Amino acid sequence: MQTPVISVEDMNFSYNGRPVLTNVSFTVREKEFLALIGPNGGGKTTLLKLLLGLIKPDSGKIRIYDMPPDKAAHRIGYVPQNIAFNKAFPISVLDVVLMGRLRFHGRSRIQRPDKEAAREVLSELEMLDYQNRRIDDLSGGQRERVFIARALATDPDILFLDEPTASLDNTGRTELYAILKEINKDKTIVVVTHDMMVLSSYISSVACVNKSVHYHGAAELTEEMIEGGYHCPVELIAHGVPHRILKTHEDEP
Amino acid sequence: MIEALQFEFMQNALFAGFFASLICGVVGSFVVVNRLVFLGGGIAHAAYGGIGIAFYFGVPYILGTLGFSLVAALVMTAVVLKAKNRADTFIGVLWAVGMATGIILLDMTPGYQVNLMSFLFGSILAVPSSDIWWMLALSAVTIFSAGYFYRDMLAISYDDEFARLRGVPVNLLYFFFIGLVAVSIVIIIRVVGLILVIALLTIPPFIAEKYSNSLLMMMALSTVFAMIFNLSGLWLAYTFNLTSGAAIILVATGGFFLSLAGDFLIPRLMPKKKENAL
Repeated sequence: MQTPVISVEDMNFSYNGRPVLTNVSFTVREKEFLALIGPNGGGKTTLLKLLLGLIKPDSGKIRIYDMPPDKAAHRIGYVPQNIAFNKAFPISVLDVVLMGRLRFHGRSRIQRPDKEAAREVLSELEMLDYQNRRIDDLSGGQRERVFIARALATDPDILFLDEPTASLDNTGRTELYAILKEINKDKTIVVVTHDMMVLSSYISSVACVNKSVHYHGAAELTEEMIEGGYHCPVELIAHGVPHRILKTHEDEP
Repeated sequence: MIEALQFEFMQNALFAGFFASLICGVVGSFVVVNRLVFLGGGIAHAAYGGIGIAFYFGVPYILGTLGFSLVAALVMTAVVLKAKNRADTFIGVLWAVGMATGIILLDMTPGYQVNLMSFLFGSILAVPSSDIWWMLALSAVTIFSAGYFYRDMLAISYDDEFARLRGVPVNLLYFFFIGLVAVSIVIIIRVVGLILVIALLTIPPFIAEKYSNSLLMMMALSTVFAMIFNLSGLWLAYTFNLTSGAAIILVATGGFFLSLAGDFLIPRLMPKKKENAL
């Protein structure tokens, strides 16, 4: 049995007295590709921020590599939701990626090896030609790659992505997941997503986040489990299961 | 204009304009990309409370204004960090309190009254040499800090959450940067007045932002724009015997509207081809 890279035990989090996540327990294994799905406002992004240590749970325990999240933050590469950014900000692609090298050696200065490392991830993601372009000159898909490059520049063991495909068309999504599959060969990935269609052949596990978290290891994902009342208002497609199992939550339109 | 340069007041005006442009280019770019223009205005107006304190209690002018503005700025920063969506209201209140305190204290000060106009528009043509040294020192501090913390400043401005994850002391640096903004504003107000400070802090960075692909370039371009506005405003003021601060501001706003007109016309006259298909 592998040691878990992420483990959450009886975790509760509320915001302004309103419970957002209750009794959350799950573990994520090394090199797992976990998809967090669930309705808007169900707490997916909040769960990511808790795992990153950006916010603190009210009770319960979160461990990343058996450390508290704020101590383990350097081992996680974070790709936030694309829409959150100031569109007019004057910053080049290379400068965005270099943010991933901040404090990399404990100093605030960026040095030549940092630039080399940043260019290397950019070229892995086929974005090197754009290094001096302004980030808001790029298309949604290109920008997403830059943010992934920034996360990879931190040399993480786990990659968190928050709705990376939200602004992409179908081709863009397929390309992006191909990239993630490649990254998944040596890194654990947790992705918040709505589009299960593209995920089908990439993910290894699913967790439904809707005030509580229901973790489904892919191997046990069966129709019975879904029928069993896990309120997951999304389409579920299991790895290796040829047909789609559609299940809609009563609250969903 | 050339013969005017032999006068010491004109040389000092040029130096003051040069340093004000330099400081405003660097600090103003930070203010504009972080959407802190309102906070900048709040600090500038709250400084008036400092003037009142300085005159009423007889403390040196620079200590009164610096102290008061720094405290106001730090309180405003704390509110921005704690309750972002209510920050504007709170800044508006401090803005008003600062000005009102200043005016009441000046009312209560016997004897000499400071002219509100000189506070609003400054007197770049009457800058004493001692102020030039203050500005030189401040420019040095500003440029050194911006240079040393450039990457942190960039990261905090662009994506503070990511910066936090990388272990950057975001809140501490935020206080530091806004403290720097406050000190800059106070020193420049003395020279060019608070309306010109806000104009120089916002207009050049606004224009520069569009043509820059880095914060550094934005700072450099803003400085150049600010210098152009200062020089041409001074020239107009000297030639036509106008109020210098107001002349500089009108030149700067002229530049502002020209750049807006350019934004509107250039894409229509020369359509840029789409090359971002991915």
